[in-house]
Order: sequence, then C-alpha cells, then structure tokens
Amino acid sequence: MSKTIKFNLNGKPETLKVDDPEMPLLYALRDDAGLRGPRFGCGLGQCGACTVHLDGVSMRSCVLPVSAVAGKKVLTLEGLETGGKLHALQQAWIDEQAVQCGYCMNGMIMQAAALLSSNKHPTDAEIKDALAHNLCRCGTHLRVVRAVKRAAATMA
Amino acid sequence: MPDAIEQSRFSAARRDFIKTGGALVVSFSLRPALANAADQAAPAKTVAIDQVDGFLAVGADGKVTVFSGKVDLGTGVRTAMTQIAAEELCVPFDHVTVIQGDTLLTPDQGVTFGSLSIQVGGMQIRQAAATAREALLSSAAGKLGTAREALAVKDGVVSAKAGANSGTTSVAYAELVGNRNFELKLDPRAPLKDPKDYTIVGKPVARLDIPDKVTGRFTYMHDFKVKGMLHARVVRPRAMKASLEAFNDWECRKIPGYVGAIRQGNFLAVLAKNEWAAIKASRVLETSWSDWQGLPEQDKLWEYVRATKVNKTEDLQKTGNTADAMPQAMKTHSASYDFAIHTHGSIGPSCAVAEFKDDKLTVWTSSQQTHLLRLQLAKMLALQPADIRCVYIEGSGCYGRNGHEDAAADAALLAKAVGLPVRVQWMRADEHGWDPKGPPTLLDFKGGLDAGGNIVAWESNVYIPDRPAEISVALVAAELANLPHLGSHPGNIQNALAIGYSVPNVKATANWLAETPFKPSWIRTPGRMQNTFGNESFIDELAAIAGADPFEYRVAMLAKDPRALELMARLKTLSNWTPRATREQRRKQSEMTGSTFHRGRGVSYIKYENVRTYVGMVADVMVDEKTGKVRVEKVFVAHDCGQIINPDGLRNQIEGNVVQTTSRTLIEELKFDRATVTSVDWKTYPIIAYPDVPEVAIDLIDRPNEKPWGAGEPTAALVPSSIANAIFDATGVRLRSVPFTPEKVLAGLKVANA
Repeated sequence: MSKTIKFNLNGKPETLKVDDPEMPLLYALRDDAGLRGPRFGCGLGQCGACTVHLDGVSMRSCVLPVSAVAGKKVLTLEGLETGGKLHALQQAWIDEQAVQCGYCMNGMIMQAAALLSSNKHPTDAEIKDALAHNLCRCGTHLRVVRAVKRAAATMA
Repeated sequence: MPDAIEQSRFSAARRDFIKTGGALVVSFSLRPALANAADQAAPAKTVAIDQVDGFLAVGADGKVTVFSGKVDLGTGVRTAMTQIAAEELCVPFDHVTVIQGDTLLTPDQGVTFGSLSIQVGGMQIRQAAATAREALLSSAAGKLGTAREALAVKDGVVSAKAGANSGTTSVAYAELVGNRNFELKLDPRAPLKDPKDYTIVGKPVARLDIPDKVTGRFTYMHDFKVKGMLHARVVRPRAMKASLEAFNDWECRKIPGYVGAIRQGNFLAVLAKNEWAAIKASRVLETSWSDWQGLPEQDKLWEYVRATKVNKTEDLQKTGNTADAMPQAMKTHSASYDFAIHTHGSIGPSCAVAEFKDDKLTVWTSSQQTHLLRLQLAKMLALQPADIRCVYIEGSGCYGRNGHEDAAADAALLAKAVGLPVRVQWMRADEHGWDPKGPPTLLDFKGGLDAGGNIVAWESNVYIPDRPAEISVALVAAELANLPHLGSHPGNIQNALAIGYSVPNVKATANWLAETPFKPSWIRTPGRMQNTFGNESFIDELAAIAGADPFEYRVAMLAKDPRALELMARLKTLSNWTPRATREQRRKQSEMTGSTFHRGRGVSYIKYENVRTYVGMVADVMVDEKTGKVRVEKVFVAHDCGQIINPDGLRNQIEGNVVQTTSRTLIEELKFDRATVTSVDWKTYPIIAYPDVPEVAIDLIDRPNEKPWGAGEPTAALVPSSIANAIFDATGVRLRSVPFTPEKVLAGLKVANA
C-alpha cells in the first residue's frame, strides 16, 4: 500500500515512502523529511503558515496531497539560503525585527518570495494584497511590509 | 469517582514498539547548561526565589545562565531578560543564556501574564544579579588584597578602577564562582547599577530568537520530538457538555500506523505511530454523544448576561458619595456597553509532548505557567508535584491562557495511560472550539455634570463571571475525564474599571455573576480592555454633552499628575490634535462634496490599573456610510512605561497591541449554537488581514531612572474606545457594542439620520 514519491526538495533529490498518497505535503515535509520551516496552522489552507513553493508557485502544503509533488520542485524556507548566505528576505526580516512569536513567518516569507519573483518593486498596497491571505495574530504586519520593501530594495 | 480508562489495542501496541526497538530516548538536544544542571546528581539546583542560585549560575568559562520563571511568549522577553542580567552583572550580552519555565530549574515567578514579566520577573532577576555582582566584588577584594571600593567590573572581570593604584591584578567571575554555587540569599537592597552607566539596557538590541525563526532552525513546541512517541489527536464532544455514549474504532484499524483509542469519561483520543494516521483516525472514529443544548441563544446573549444571578457586588472604587451627588447634577447621562466573547486565536494550535516513565511525568509544553500547570497535573493525575517536571518550549503566541495547558494535560493523561511518550497536536477546530474564552462583558454607566459640564458624579457597573479563590483555569482533560480539578478563573477582569481622573464622586462596582456560557480565562488585557472601552467611551459621551473637546476634557481632569500631562502633551504633538470642527459642520462639508466616506478621530487615555504604565492614543478612522465598514487608518500612541529595557522590542509590542486589538474591535466575535462553538476556523472567526491594518506612530517616553513597568497589554486597553470615539467623531454614531461590524454601523447611521 505504501507508495514512493520522488521529487526535488530544496535543490536535492528526495524520495519519500508514504502510506497514503493523499497525505498533505506538510506532514511529509515535517515528519518524514524533518523540516521545520513549513508550519501547521489550520490544515484548511486558510492561514498560510504552511506555505511552500511548488515549481516556483506558492502553495498551501497543508492541503496539497504529497502525490501532487511527484517529479516537481518543492522549495521551503530552508531552501531560501544559498551557500550559507541568508536570502535577502530573511536578512530583511532580521534587520526590521519583523517577528513576534514568528509562528506565521514561514508563510509570510515564502509568500513574499513568490511576490518578489514576479514583482521586483512592489508598492505597500501590492505587498499587503499579496499577503492578504497570510494571517498573523501577534500584529507584526507593519514590520513585515517594511521587511519586504527592504528586501526588494536590496535585491534590485 | 474518576471514570475508568478504556483502551483499545494498547498492550499490542506497546509490544510492537518494544519489538521495533523504539527505545525511549529523548532526542532533543538540551542546552549544555540545562543538561548539566539537570543531570548533576547532587546537589540539585535550587529553584528558591530568595536565592541567587535560583536565578543565576556562572560556568567555568565565565558564561552566565539565567533561570527565569517568566517565559518568552513571542514578546521578546528572552532578549530583555538577557539585557537586564548582562547589564547588572557587567558581563557581555552574548555571555548570557536564559533558561525559561522549567520546573526543575527555574524559580516560580508566577504566571507569565498581566504585563508583569519585566516589571516583576525582570526586576527579581536584576536584584539577583546585583546581589551576585556585589558578592563577587567583595570576594575579588579579598582575593586581590585590595579595597572593595577600588575595584570595578567590566566584561565579567574584576580589576582596579581607572586611576586607582595600579599593580593590582584582576580576577574573572569564572575564577571566583565558576561552576560553583553562590550560596547567597538574594539581597533586596543590593545596590543597582546607575542607569547612566548602562550600555545594554535601554538599547534596541536585536532579538536573539529571530535569526532561527526566519530560517526554520528554531525549535517550536510543535517541532519537539521524543523517540518512540505516539501521535495523538483528541476527539472532543459534539456538544460542549455531552456525554460519550459509545465509540467504535473499527474503521481506524484499517489505517496503517493506527495504534488505538483511549477513552476516560468524555475524554477521547486516538493514537498512531505517525501524525497523518492519527488525523485520519480522528476523522473516521465512530462516536455517539448524548444530546446537550445548554448554551444560551447567541441572539439573546446580552439578555442572558443581564438576567444572570449576581453572586455578590464589590466596590472597586469609592470616592465621595455618588448617591448624594448624582441627583444634584445639572444633567445626567446613562449608557450601557457590551463586549463580545473572544478566542485567543493562536496561529499554531496547541501542542504538547508528555512522557511517563519510572512513575515520573515529564511534560514539554508552551504553557505560560509551568509551575502552576505542574500543580494542576498533580491534582488531576494523583501524582506528587515533585514527580512532575514541566519544561517550557516556545510555541505559537498565546495572548493569555489559551489551549497550551490543555494540550499538555491531554498529553499527560495519554502518556500515563499508554506508558509511551505521546505528542498531542490540537487541530484548528480544537483551538477555536476548546480554548477557554474571554467572557462576555456588560457595562453600565451613569454620569452627572455640573453647569460647567464638569463631571461631578460617576457610577459604573461591570457584569463579569465570579471566580474561585485560585487563579487557574481547569484543564479540559480533567473536566472531560471527570478527574479532580478546581474551578476556572477569568483573571483579574475587574481591574481598570476604577478611573484615574479627578472626579469628586465615583463609584465603580463589580457585579460577580453566578455563571458564564463558556469556560473563562484571561486573554490579552483581560477585563482592562472591556472596562476601559466603557470608561473611555463614556467620558467621550460626557465630553460631547458638555460641548468640550474630548482631548482637553480629559487633560483638565489629569491636572494633578505631571506624568499624565506630559504624556498627553506629547500625544497632542504626535497626532497633531486640534479641536475639530463640529460634526454637523463637517457632515455638511462632506454632503457638499458628495462623499459617503466620513473621517474622524478619537482619543483615549489610561494609567494602567491606576498604578503603572501611562498610554495615550489617538485613532483616525474612515467610515463608509454606504457599507458601514470602518477603516482604522492610523493610530498614534504616546507611551510611558518608565525605564525602557529595549525600545525596539517595546515598539514591536505596541504595534502588536494596536493591530491585534483593531482586529478584536472591528471583527471578532465567537459564534455558537445551543450545543457548541460554531466559529471553529478562520472563515467563521476571521481576524484582521494586511489590507486593513492601520499605520502606527509611536512616541516612547523613556525614564531610565524610574522603575520599568509592563507593556504587553496597556496599549490594547485603549484601542476599542479610541476607535469608538473616532466613529462618533466621524458620523455622530455612538457604538457601544464590540465588535463594530458594518451592520451595527449601518443601524447606528439609520437612527442618526432618521
């Protein structure tokens, strides 16, 4: 009954054996691949804490069946760093101190990364729209917007 | 009599685990200091709150470990505590590590609530550090054969002060006390460092946790694993107080990895070897619950609260005699306010891991109150507190007593029942449905004005659930499994009904109610938010009746308090407050321009609980007359919490207070039917989204020579009234019911325009 799923995870080939191909990707990433970036928040695709990129497109991994990533590229928060260097967004988050509890920040950063890949110089309104479906309870929104703008400036 | 435990298939599961070699080894790598302290056979580390060793340890390398009973709930307290300890001990910031909320290692500094972490917890640590530093200086003087007064400390090394007789060598803390106990009573009079010499406190030091949190390296509670642990999901009653008549796990058994179900009374959970199997099992488990329809009708909630029996009344503030003064007033005005039931709304549903081994229970938890949790678990499971260790691991922000403790109790009950480590992860509906709630709050006000419009009499009544003697909230598992527990306490929700203005006759009264629909607990700014909403809205109503500018009306009643006056003066500058043209004039102007958008601004003020942090706030709102939607555009905050430990951390907290409370004020309301909570996710209980977040401008008043006061809550207290007052300013509509939904705004406009 178990099924083998092969995909590219953060630039490296990954092979996972799963009992249930319908299991959401989130559990495969957290429990089988041992990642901590993607987080469980709602399991309903409502809050965004679990966001990853699938072939460059931001996705809610809590509602995406693991079978759907076979043969594709999955990028998580852990994969943003290159050669031991933080991604501009991660550095901007530190520079702006854009975290309180930080539980939602995986989703914010991954969603912002998706935005910046298509829009190099987003306005405040565009950033807010892009993050409109990522929930934060601590109220760190203002810092997040500043961090995204800072990252966009450094990446330009 | 506690209900018996029913297990399905557990003995087999246990054999299974042993067979597959699932040794019970904790895989979590503990901090070296924690591991050392925990593993030392003798002597055990003291957790005494009056001992320096309770709070501090210096290693052989001179590194300092601080043991803090207060925990970082995502508020930056870890960094602030590190600053405080490093500063007072005169050691480099990066030589200090903080261990938090571990009942084996940290003193019981009380629950991490009430904006008290720095004000109380931090000051205990500061005093311990000062005691230690003074003792180390004396010890160094002896060792070096130098007068104590000739010595100074820098970076953990004691040496002669500049200009003193040279030739003296120096000695490091490590040499003086490294890896040894101080064996010293905390001296409450140990001299504190002069704030003018501060190099760490008062600086915007970057938070220690952020790099790991933005790279996926941070260990949240949800990431914590113990080898061989089972994954559990709880299956809660369909109706809140329904009884479990039967369950059948036949379908669950088809799921690979499913281990079994545990039932005790109305407590029910499924366990599996992997997380997804546990989730699937919880969905296919067949259950039969009794019917229960004991909740009030939501549409008649306020009638229900109004009709609830009052156990007793309590005067919270009594000045002069309102009974005599009110009838003599030239004009009186009355108003009632209500504030909806709120959930904590943590983004990460509660999670915990427990292990019961050799008759000892260990619980890893995000609880804000590990010491109290230990006592509650001991009572629930008939264990000795000494046989329980609760270890704090940071989780998703909780903003009060959410479900963290309940998940811990679930895990503890299960781990004890099955003899294997168990991880409990609540699902979204568990968190929204079963965290304890901020209770519905009703407030009545009556004010009397003299001929000059001055307030001569003020009466307020708040209707809130009565509470047991102990400040704790019953654990869901104990309630459902019919295990011993105490009643639930909503926190000191009577606080801040007393006002801080000079009014000659005041009577503020708590009406303690016999019951409330949902198990209550504290949620950010508990009671103080609701009471301040009433106070600061009602004073605005009186200002309007008096025909006074609401800013000046308040300032006139603060004349005896220079700190309050300075705060308001700075708020005035920050917000560029000017007496506004009258509503009627402005409405005429917008009618002339044909606009259906109305802008207004509202002001509020508080001296938190009349004894600490001062906050003043101005909110700018825009009301869409067509849709009734309120948009909070910008919020100005002047803030004086005395000595500031970390100004950027403080700003982060203030911004969070404003944004979160804007959400609570405009949108949030728990929904329920007669059986249970029906707002069980983010669609049915929405919170604020980015496009609706207001801008925040802050003016921090730093007073390095004053005591540091709390900042986690006071700003939030002012948000509902500031918005209500701004809506009134914009439209003439007085909203007295939180949340300020478009429906309520439209209904208000209809009345106002009639």
